[in-house]
Amino acid sequence: MNHRVNTLRQQSLSTPVTLSHERACLVTEFYKTRVSPTQSVPVQRALCLSHILSNKAVFIGEQELIVGERGPVPSAVPTYPEVCLHSLSDLDILDSRPKVPYRVSDETKRIYREEIIPFWEGKTIREKIFSAMTPAWKRSFEAGIFTEFQEQRSPGHTAGGTLIYTNGFWDLKEKIRTAMDELDVTADPGALDRREVLTSLDIAADALIGFAGRHADVLDTMAHETTDPERKAELERMAAVCRRVPAHAPETFHEALQYYWFLHVGVITELNPWDAYNPGRLDQNLYPFYKRDIEEGRLTREEAKELLCCFWVKFHNHPAPPKVGVTAKESNTYVDFCLINLGGVTADNRDGVNDLTYLVLDVIEEMRLLQPSSMIQVSRKNPDRFIKRALKIVGTGFGQPSIFNTDAIVQEMAIHGKSPDDTRLAGASGCVEAGVFGKEAYILTGYFNLPKILEITLNNGRDPRTGELIGLETGDPKDFDTFADFFNAWERQVRHFVNIKITGSNMIEQINARFMPVPLLSLVTEDCIRNGKDYNQGGARYNTAYIQGVGMGSITDCLSAVKHHVYDNKTFDMATLLDALASDFENNDILHHQLLKAPKYGNDDEAADEVLRKVFDAYYGAVTGQPNTRGGVYRINLLPTTCHVYFGEVTGALPDGRKKGLPLSEGISPVQGADCCGPTAVLNSAAKIDHLKTGGTLLNQKFLPQFLESDKGRTAVVQLIRSYFKMDGHHIQFNVVDAKTLRKAQEDPESYRDLIVRVAGYSDYFINLTPALQEEIINRTAHSGM
Amino acid sequence: MTNYSPYIFRIQRYSIHDGPGIRTTLFFQGCPLRCRWCHNPESHGRPERLPEGEMPGLVAGLVREIEKDLIYYDDSGGGVTFSGGEPLCQPDLLAALLAACREREIHTCLDTSGDAPAAVLERTAPAADLVLYDIKAVDVRLHERITGKPSDRILENLVRLEGLGVPYRLRFPLIPGYTDSGENISEILDFLVAHTTCRDIHILPYHNTAEAKYRQLNMTPPRITTPPEPAAIEAAARRFRDCGFKVTIGG
Repeated sequence: MNHRVNTLRQQSLSTPVTLSHERACLVTEFYKTRVSPTQSVPVQRALCLSHILSNKAVFIGEQELIVGERGPVPSAVPTYPEVCLHSLSDLDILDSRPKVPYRVSDETKRIYREEIIPFWEGKTIREKIFSAMTPAWKRSFEAGIFTEFQEQRSPGHTAGGTLIYTNGFWDLKEKIRTAMDELDVTADPGALDRREVLTSLDIAADALIGFAGRHADVLDTMAHETTDPERKAELERMAAVCRRVPAHAPETFHEALQYYWFLHVGVITELNPWDAYNPGRLDQNLYPFYKRDIEEGRLTREEAKELLCCFWVKFHNHPAPPKVGVTAKESNTYVDFCLINLGGVTADNRDGVNDLTYLVLDVIEEMRLLQPSSMIQVSRKNPDRFIKRALKIVGTGFGQPSIFNTDAIVQEMAIHGKSPDDTRLAGASGCVEAGVFGKEAYILTGYFNLPKILEITLNNGRDPRTGELIGLETGDPKDFDTFADFFNAWERQVRHFVNIKITGSNMIEQINARFMPVPLLSLVTEDCIRNGKDYNQGGARYNTAYIQGVGMGSITDCLSAVKHHVYDNKTFDMATLLDALASDFENNDILHHQLLKAPKYGNDDEAADEVLRKVFDAYYGAVTGQPNTRGGVYRINLLPTTCHVYFGEVTGALPDGRKKGLPLSEGISPVQGADCCGPTAVLNSAAKIDHLKTGGTLLNQKFLPQFLESDKGRTAVVQLIRSYFKMDGHHIQFNVVDAKTLRKAQEDPESYRDLIVRVAGYSDYFINLTPALQEEIINRTAHSGM
Repeated sequence: MTNYSPYIFRIQRYSIHDGPGIRTTLFFQGCPLRCRWCHNPESHGRPERLPEGEMPGLVAGLVREIEKDLIYYDDSGGGVTFSGGEPLCQPDLLAALLAACREREIHTCLDTSGDAPAAVLERTAPAADLVLYDIKAVDVRLHERITGKPSDRILENLVRLEGLGVPYRLRFPLIPGYTDSGENISEILDFLVAHTTCRDIHILPYHNTAEAKYRQLNMTPPRITTPPEPAAIEAAARRFRDCGFKVTIGG
């Protein structure tokens, strides 16, 4: 790492995260003074973005090569009062909480008290959403049956495609003009709406070109003022880059990176979309520029690496927007889920691993930053050495990169009627969510608590925590004669809650479509221009909505235990089980032990895995294919982020022997500690569901560090991955750290500040996790090669 | 399925140190030796007598377990390893399993100390795809002191194995204070150079992961507490390399 990169990296790591009022003030000013009732909402939103980008501070750091910050300075995180409004107590908690704080100055608090809160109270999207939800939705939401992704952040969940590498914003403006010319006002009743959307996209394009121009001006001034001839030349070059992109299609590696970065800052300034924004298939997108620059002698490999390192620091400068309604206890993460994809196949379906892929892997290893997250796509066409190179980084205990199955992703996409060319541009973003980059709005709507629904079923529709009837009255479980009857009751409850969830989500989609369009994101998402529709209105080529099932391992083990003990072996009856659950197994050691000994998922045990398949089919059947309001359908994926901890807190004792309040299993990983036959058994069990029917599954494996130390160990893991992927597994990630180290870190957090672990679809600093999550990670079974 | 635990005390999937690729290792109950550093003291008890007529059921059940990881064997060039204990202690079961695997084209390794009657070796070894043959010491008295049995039958069987034409690879456990003396290594080299053609040896450095097992079994753990130093491992490896051996550290 050279001096520049080291300095920028250290600065980024040591800068405390602060909350900035800059954006909130500009948005408020805009809506107070510049909105006219004659403007359509899309145009208002575009003008609002333009107002922010024309007036926000331009920051250019010493030694930077890639420029552009969302806040006035690095790690200063803006707020989005039009979506959700921080209360003064939120600000106090964010400022003072020991883990993952956002420092809030007294000045910011004053501005919030005097200007922001009085203006936005009652006008936020969050309030619109909650007032539009039905009582049934609210009861389920409060009971912890599901969460809602859009209550604090706008829909995003997308990654940039290839469009910007061949089109400057002037080209896109030309396309907008053509689309406007083609509007048929006499025959198309939506023509006016389309014109307004297209106008908003055009304004957004100008706004970002202007923002880049402001950077170019400042860079010119700095170049003029500096006495260092080397830096002067750099600043002049950077200014020239900022005058070219995003207005024009990039011609060099540097321009391509800077173009993406302006777009990234623009998208996350426009609103606070989930997973920020994402350059997607970085090595594929940049390779033509890299190759040409190197061949034509404009760039060396070292210079390319330096630019990439500077690019990496920019992601790290942008922590996730802070949540509202926070409790002091609740920790959070600075990670904003931008997931860089490497490898996989090219657009014409050949091995996509190239020299730049390996260079980016070097950057990931050297930078060792939480953000951006990284993953490798593994196709059967990719060479083993590529996987091994990635495993060397995994072996350093950094939790990155995670590993995805390109061949599965392509099929997951193809199943839903996408064109073959588009499926090869697909990847995974966020944690593990699959989509066609640049052409698909695949919106995550919320986590779905499958085990909690079993608890509701065991209580005939009531939530034992509150006594409230929130589900269907499917009958007293003591009256079910067969396991099939029992399972059927659970499945009916699942359908009931899925329908509540979908009704709510469809309403939320319409709220965002009508009140919170995103002109800039729409500009760069195909086919919003052609359709004359915003991203949030279904303008993208493909429009998917995902509901993320949580607790597959837990629910499988619960149902397996009931089947095994109550129905098959009649070890005890349902009444005895219900009593034991109600008392959290108090004075019921024998029964508790029997439950723990029932067949468990993750051991390649058909008795348990057959239940898994039934669970999967039930959840898949309840969700998949239901229409959303953007012209697409709902689909499932199976990932928890950290929600398995929250869902566990609201769920009582369960028939798998899990005690009240403890975390559920995460992703499709087995219940923590329930797997005891090694990794091949876990993978075999996990492969018994049809991953191709999902939009992503998450499998966490904890390995001891020795596992990846030797070449033989890494080779074996490569083969393990190949076999899992041959069985259509979607994703696997490795936590490589031993329990002893984690215990030491709990005792002495200060000495383990840099210890990074894989949580679920992302990595985080171990000491920043809540105690419950720390325990959960320690309890995941560690495999060793025997 | 017949309960296999009186005969096979453990099945370890994802074994990567007992032969090529990803393997499933079946640990046979029973062992004629009492190596002072034994990692599997639970194998010491004699296997139960298999009741009349139970063999087909037992084998079928074990083959089902083995077949669970076929996909990993195929991708990695792995297979199944019969270890122990001493698999040659249960020749009928071993022969049946070897035959069943060959029929199914599953690669087999026989991991043996070689301490068995000649007829048993001759019956089973040719049915395996690869034999992993332990050599611990040549000197009869040293061997007896560290394993409880003299070395002569083991060395004879090694020569016999050579004659059978079965592919094999040697394994030398490097145990501080027991097998690591320069003299012992010299004697082993002399023997191998004089009597065998295999020049592929794996040095298995002692590791003390079995201590907890001994405590659980109320047995006294081995007195060796520290694995050999990397320098000592390298020195031993060099001795073998100098005599033309391909040396691998670990399984």
